[in-house]
Formats: sequence, C-alpha cells, structure tokens
Amino acid sequence: MLFLQFTILTFVTVTATAVVLTRDPAKQAIGISFYGLVMALMFFIFQAPDVALSQIVIGAVALPLMILLALTKIRRHEEEQRERKEKKSA
Amino acid sequence: MNRRGRMILFLLSAAVFGGVYLWGLKGLPPVGHYRGPYGDVLNQVATYERHVTDIVTAVNFDYRGFDTLGEEFILFMSVVGGTVLLRRQREEEKSEHKDQALSDESPERQAPEPSDATRVLTLGLVGPLVVFGLYMVAHGQLTPGGGFQGGVILATAPLLVYLGGDLKKFKQITSHTLVEVAEAAGAGGYLAIGFAGLILGGAYLRNVAALGRTGVINSGGTIALINLATGLEVAAGFVLLLYAFLEQTLEIRLRGGK
Amino acid sequence: MSFFPYAVAAWLFIIGLYGIVTSRNFVHLVICLAVLQSSTYVLLLSIGYRVGGTAPVFAAVPVGTLAVDPVVQALMLTDIVVEATVVALLLALALQLHKHANTLDPDKLKALEG
Repeated sequence: MLFLQFTILTFVTVTATAVVLTRDPAKQAIGISFYGLVMALMFFIFQAPDVALSQIVIGAVALPLMILLALTKIRRHEEEQRERKEKKSA
Repeated sequence: MNRRGRMILFLLSAAVFGGVYLWGLKGLPPVGHYRGPYGDVLNQVATYERHVTDIVTAVNFDYRGFDTLGEEFILFMSVVGGTVLLRRQREEEKSEHKDQALSDESPERQAPEPSDATRVLTLGLVGPLVVFGLYMVAHGQLTPGGGFQGGVILATAPLLVYLGGDLKKFKQITSHTLVEVAEAAGAGGYLAIGFAGLILGGAYLRNVAALGRTGVINSGGTIALINLATGLEVAAGFVLLLYAFLEQTLEIRLRGGK
Repeated sequence: MSFFPYAVAAWLFIIGLYGIVTSRNFVHLVICLAVLQSSTYVLLLSIGYRVGGTAPVFAAVPVGTLAVDPVVQALMLTDIVVEATVVALLLALALQLHKHANTLDPDKLKALEG
C-alpha cells in the first residue's frame, strides 16, 4: 500500500483517539472540526471526491456549529437557574 | 450497573467483537484488489445507459434510488424531531419574560458587535456562496456534487448573515413559512417523481424523462429532477434546524437591543 | 500491510464505543457516537478501493479507465448527511434532559435505573 494512504490513516487514528479522550465538549467541538477535515483528506486520497465534498461541509461546519449552539443553550439555562436560586435566597 | 461493571462488560464485548471481526476479515480481499463485479459493470454501462458522467450520483438516484428515498426521509424525520424537541413551551415563555430584566443588564452578557472586517467578509460572501451551492446542486450528474452536498452548502448561507450581525434579516430569512414549504416540497417531490416512473414506465422510480446528450446539464432524465428535489429538501431542512437551535438566543438579542 | 485500513476501522469502532461507555457528559457521548459512525466509512472505503484506480467520474477521462467502486461511495454519501441530522436530534434530546433533570451526567440519572 502506498505511503500516502498509510500516513493519512495513521493521522485519522491519532485524531480520533484525541477527540474521544478530550473530556470537555467545547474543546471537543474544535477537535471534531479538525477530524472532519482529516477525514475529508482521507476520502480525497482514496479517490472519493463526492464523499469528500459532503464530509467537508458537514464535518467541518455543520457538526461543530450544532454542538456549540447546544452548549450555549445549556450554559444559558444553567446561569438562569443560578440567578433564580440567588433571587429566591436573597 | 456501576462503572466497573460497565468497563468489564465493555472489555468482554470488545474482545468478542475483535474475534468475530477477524474471522469475517478472512473472506475479504486485501485492500486495493477490489474483486466484485457490480462496481465494474456499473462503471462500464452507466454512461451509455443513462447519459451521465458522475457514476456515484447515478447510483444514488437511479440504480439505488429507493435506498436514497429512505435516507432522505430519515433526514426529514430527524429535522421534524429536532424542531419539535426544541420548541418553546408555554411556561418557558412566561418565565423568560420575568427574567428578562435581570439577565440582560449585565454588561458581559451582551455579545460584542462584529467588527467591520467580519461584516464585509461575511456579507460579501453570501452571494457567491448561494451561487456556488446552486451550481453544485445543478451539476450533480456531471461532476462530483449533487443534491446532498449542494444543499448543505446552501444552508450555510443564512449562517453567514447571522455572523455578519444582521439579526433581523436572519430572522426574516429563516423563520419564513416558505422554508417549511420548501422542505416538504423537496421530500414530496422525490415521492412524486417515483410515481411518475410507476405510471409511465411500469416500475417505481424508473427513469422515464428524456435522457438528453451526455455532458450537458439536462442529461440523465429523472436523475436531474431528483437531484433538484433533494437539494431543496436538504437545504431547507438544515435551515430549519439552525433556526430551531438559535431561536431563543435570537429573541433575546433582538429584544435586549443590539 | 494490506489489512491496515480494516484494523483502523476496528480501532475507530472500539475507541468510539469506549468513549460512549465511560462518558460523563451527554454532549461528549454524542461526539463519540459521531466518531463511531466514521469507522464504517473507513471500512466501506477500503473495500471499494483499487490500486491505480481513479475516481468514478468520467467527465474528463474516457469510460474504460480503471476506476474505484462507485456503489460504496453512494452508500457513504447519504450516510454522512444523515449522521449530521441524527446528531442534531440527539443534541436536542440532551438539551431537554438538562432542562428537566438539571444534569448532563449519565451516572446521575436516577430515574433510568432499573
């Protein structure tokens, strides 16, 4: 097997392990954006341009976007809860 | 089951999975020596039979069109489910009005205005992005592209408007009923084109439209039409999802004053 | 060496599953699910690959050239877009969970214990 395919597959493995072992979701969102880009590169090297196009837009834009929006909503909800509790105890 | 029990169960099942996977791998050819006849046959005949040059799109929308219909409806139902789950319930709206006064006065809560460079870049790129998305949808049967890829590209155009700071325009674009109508039209359109195949050709989703010349944009018959319907549906679905996630934040930022 | 992509697919599956099993945050769990789904892409891609083959698009090359398998690529393409919407649905579920139970930790959910 060629050198390029071997390199990109090693890269994919290392990036996937890094994404899983990051515990904070906000940092993971950046990690999965990079992972999407690496996967798109892998699709490119394995002669699959349609799939690479799909993966670039979804994996680098749509997925981290939705994760960050969900995290924003959760944080806002937590802050509202805290303020409500402070108001009650004050 | 506590964490230790879960970990032991996971290690056991990983070992079983590894064993069965290795046993299954013995039947597969080594990577790079694809054996099977199906792909080779399609590569040879698809251009002559359907007058398209992108075989992957032909497989997606013609030879295996029924599977893509199922996948598109999975997408449709996920968007419906996401929108339903994120709707604002009545007691939330009441409590939000009460908390409005205290949560919006803190200075660090206000999002900063986007800088001029951001605004020029994002608002300047919206036009080219829409044109590029439409180009990608329309040329699906000639070059790599198609309804799915182009639809997602189209759906990120309103996001650029949001990032540029024009919140009112973003709300006008994404909460319009036309987006919901477009999504339903895309999903229903795919079904309807299949029925046209049933009525005119005897089998559901058979390619019955005029095939045209290879290499022009209106080649492929129903492949081009299904491409457009899918692009519409995917774009509208993602815009709806985006609006569902951003709705509450949008209301607060619009009301709290920019 | 020719079985390296298959090993990568198995590793991605196992590490994704490990992330799901030991997760302490629902959003982290959903992201590990996305990693697990990408293992199937690697497997499908490596089944259809042919050394020296080109992409199955014949716009610039004549029809007879050696090309990789288009069927597995068609399967992967729709799957990627559907994965994104399923992740969105799961995130919406996680949001509702946080609204009702005030926690994102799977271990702390008392109501689900049998």
